[in-house]
Order: sequence, then structure tokens, then C-alpha cells
Amino acid sequence: MSVRQLTLDELRTILRTSGGVEEGVDLDGDIIDATFEELGYDSLALLEASTNIERTFGVRLDDPTFRDTATPKALMAVVNSQLVPQDR
Amino acid sequence: MTGGTAVTGLGVTAPGGFGVEDFWASVLGGHSSIGPVRRFDASGYPAGLAGEVPEFDVEDHLPSRLIPQTDRVTRLALIAAEWALQDAGHDKERIAQYDAAVVTASSSGGFEFGEGELRNLWSKGGAYVSAYQSFAWFYAVNSGQISIRHGMRGPSGVLVSEQAGGLDALADARRRIRKGTKIILSGGIDASICSWGWVAQLAGGRLSSVADPARAYRPFDASASGHVPGEGGALLVLEDAECAHDRGARVYGEIAGYGATFDPRPGSGREPGLRRAIELALEDAAAAPEEIDVVFADAAAIPDLDRIEADAIGEVFGRRGVPVTAPKTMTGRLLSGAASLDVAAALLSIRDSVIPPTVNTAPDPGYDLDVVLGDPRPATVRAALVLARGYGGFNSALVVRQQSGIRNT
Repeated sequence: MSVRQLTLDELRTILRTSGGVEEGVDLDGDIIDATFEELGYDSLALLEASTNIERTFGVRLDDPTFRDTATPKALMAVVNSQLVPQDR
Repeated sequence: MTGGTAVTGLGVTAPGGFGVEDFWASVLGGHSSIGPVRRFDASGYPAGLAGEVPEFDVEDHLPSRLIPQTDRVTRLALIAAEWALQDAGHDKERIAQYDAAVVTASSSGGFEFGEGELRNLWSKGGAYVSAYQSFAWFYAVNSGQISIRHGMRGPSGVLVSEQAGGLDALADARRRIRKGTKIILSGGIDASICSWGWVAQLAGGRLSSVADPARAYRPFDASASGHVPGEGGALLVLEDAECAHDRGARVYGEIAGYGATFDPRPGSGREPGLRRAIELALEDAAAAPEEIDVVFADAAAIPDLDRIEADAIGEVFGRRGVPVTAPKTMTGRLLSGAASLDVAAALLSIRDSVIPPTVNTAPDPGYDLDVVLGDPRPATVRAALVLARGYGGFNSALVVRQQSGIRNT
């Protein structure tokens, strides 16, 4: 069975809902290696995004996850590593 | 230092007016903005009327980053704050961040946001509660968000004294300017037309249950039966008068005097504190009663409270001794937003030599008040007195006056 993974587009939607978009930032652009700080998000916006991901995907993200995974690529890797198909 | 405090900017988000001039035109036109509640389904409650801010698209007015983290009240406050600072010609680069501050009043904080998060907590669980609930509901949130957005990091705060708060905040800002802060954004904005806010206000026992918008809020009328609540208010830019003069700012007027008292224990038989608050404000302004050209009344529309206010005005100014008005008959009572909106209106009265009317009430002659009814009244207004009472015994009075002296030197 396939397991839903966090895609970059879904992450964009979650960031937009949780924290809005900083003026001058193109969230639809090439953001995969940008730091969340560069994207204009503070710790509270990231906390909000983090709980949103936890609820949506049924994963657990430790408090330091966002701090240590400073880019969308790294965050997606952490989330998706918990979303490994179980019967394959 | 002159010790004077000048008002150099106004920002209004209120029923009938999204923006100062909109509001003023609406009020001078005698247009009531009181109508059936649209912001939530109030059909199951004993009160169903409110004064609501005209509809607007928040994305046209605020940066995207601020939208997920703000209650309606903070959005209204941020918009009013930006307008007030623009109106004052405030230049962030000219004033050090710690010389600029924010002092607002609040009665309910971000109730609509808080209500939604409490609902999430009960119905879905703690994981569904927004991280922004940590501050979005809180009384001080308007001061905080304005301070962050505009880099105003001087001595800031929030005052909570229900309706009186709109004056108490301005007086506190004036004190801080006297201590050396150069510019302070101050006033009150409240907005809690949601089921939580509604129940909280109903519990106070002062909401009118009359369904006809033209008959629901009738201060000083023999048939007064409570008030209609509303949302919004005004934020003002206050500056040291000399600083304002030095930079060539346009000055609406000065905050000339203030008095605040607390009512004695109910049943004590002692006189309520409103008259003394008026006298303290006049004394602070070094103004004789005959120098006041108009009184903006608290206008509770509860017979006992109307009597107390009419008596206080009569004792200080004499029978029918001063024009009295209550433009809040067109907006409803806006909690902490009401009195700062009245101060804005008083300053516009000074500017335009006109007193806005009171509508939808036929004052009982027994109160002996000269209420400005129906149409605006042309009048030279040099000084105005604004009264506000907060539920629980707060009485505040504030004098605004046409600025004199400095410009002529």
C-alpha cells in the first residue's frame, strides 16, 4: 500500500495557512533549499506549521525539528522518513 | 518642554466609517449604523442588534504574515494605527524606537479568535489549538502588534477599565509623554461581536433587547432600556506639543485635562464619582466650566445611570448650560473604543466648528440637558469634554482643547 508523503506543494500550502507569506518572498518559487528564516518565518509560525503537519500526517515532530531542519528539503526528509510504507 | 500633549493623527475603524473622514461624514449625516448582527447568528439571544464596522477585505490592508495570527480586533487596530501614523506624518527614521510607544485600552481582547480555539480544544483536542492563541486573545495584543509592526518600542502598555479605558489610555499616554516619550499611539479598539463576547456583554445586564434599530438605544429618553453594543474605535497619535510644533505637524488639538474616579460601594448612599471626575478634568485643564463648548456624554441609556450623568453635568455646567451630544447613538457602545472615538469626534468638532448630533432618542425634559438632536449644530468649539464610564464603577473625563500659544510664538 502507498503512504501519503509530504510534498513541497503541500508544505507550501501549510506554510501559507500557518504563517502567511512574507512580503517580497515568492513561496511558489524555488524554495526547497532556502532556510525558513530566509522565507520570513519566525519560531511561532514554524510551531504552527509543525502542529499542522503533525495533525495532517499523523507524525510526531520533536520541538527542535524545525530548528535543526532549517530548509523545506530537510523538513520533508524528516517527515517522510516517518511515513514509510509498513507492508512493503 | 511645554508639557503639552498634542494630537497629530487620527485613525478610525468604526461603525459607519472605515477611515476618519468616512466616519465623520456618516456621523454628521446622522446615519445610524445600528442593525441586526451579521457577524454571527445571534438569533437565539435576547439582544440581536449591533453597530458593525463596514465590510472590508483584510488582505487589502494587512501583510499576509499578520493574518493567521490576528483576531478581528487586532486587524481593526493595526489598520487604524497605520492610518493614524500616516495622518500624523510620522517618520520612523526621525524618532528613535525607544522614544515611540503604544498605549491602548481593551475590554475583551481577541474574543472571536479565542472562541474558535476553545472550540477546537473541546471538539478536536489540544493539537488543534493554534500556536497564536498564546497571544491573539490577550488584552495587550493590540499594543504589542502595533509596537512590533511600527518599531515603537518605548514604554507601552494596555489599560482595562471597560468603557472608561478609551480615556484612561490617552491620559496614560499623556503622562508618559510628560516623562519624555516623544510620540505615542493611543486609544482603544474593541471588537467582540461573537457568541463569547455576546454572552459576556449580556451578563452585564445592560444590553437593550428592543428589536427595532431606531428604538433600541435611547439615552436620556424616558423609555431608555439599555444600549446596543458595537465594534471598532479610534487610535490617536499623541506627541509632545513642542516636538510636534518643531516638525511643523498639523495639530488637531491638545489633551488638556483628565480626571478619573471610582464609584463608592453600591448602597453606600454616597455620591457617584462622575461629577468629581469632571471637576478634576477641568481643574487639570485649568478650564472654567463656561470654557467647555460641548460635552460628549457617556450615554448609558440605563435610567439610573442617565440620571447620574445628567445630574453631574447639571451640577458643573448649570441647567441646560452646555450642549451635550452622544454620536454613539449611531454606532452603539464600543467598549474601550467608544471614548477614544468620541475624542476623535471632539477634535473634528474643533476643526470643523460643528457638533455631531444624537439620534433616535427624545430626551426626557426632566434631565434638563441641552442635547444636540437630529442635525449637527454649527458652533465654535474651542474645548470639549468627553465622559466615559466603565462597568464596575470607573468614571473618566477628558478635556481636549484647540491648541493655542505655541504656533504664535
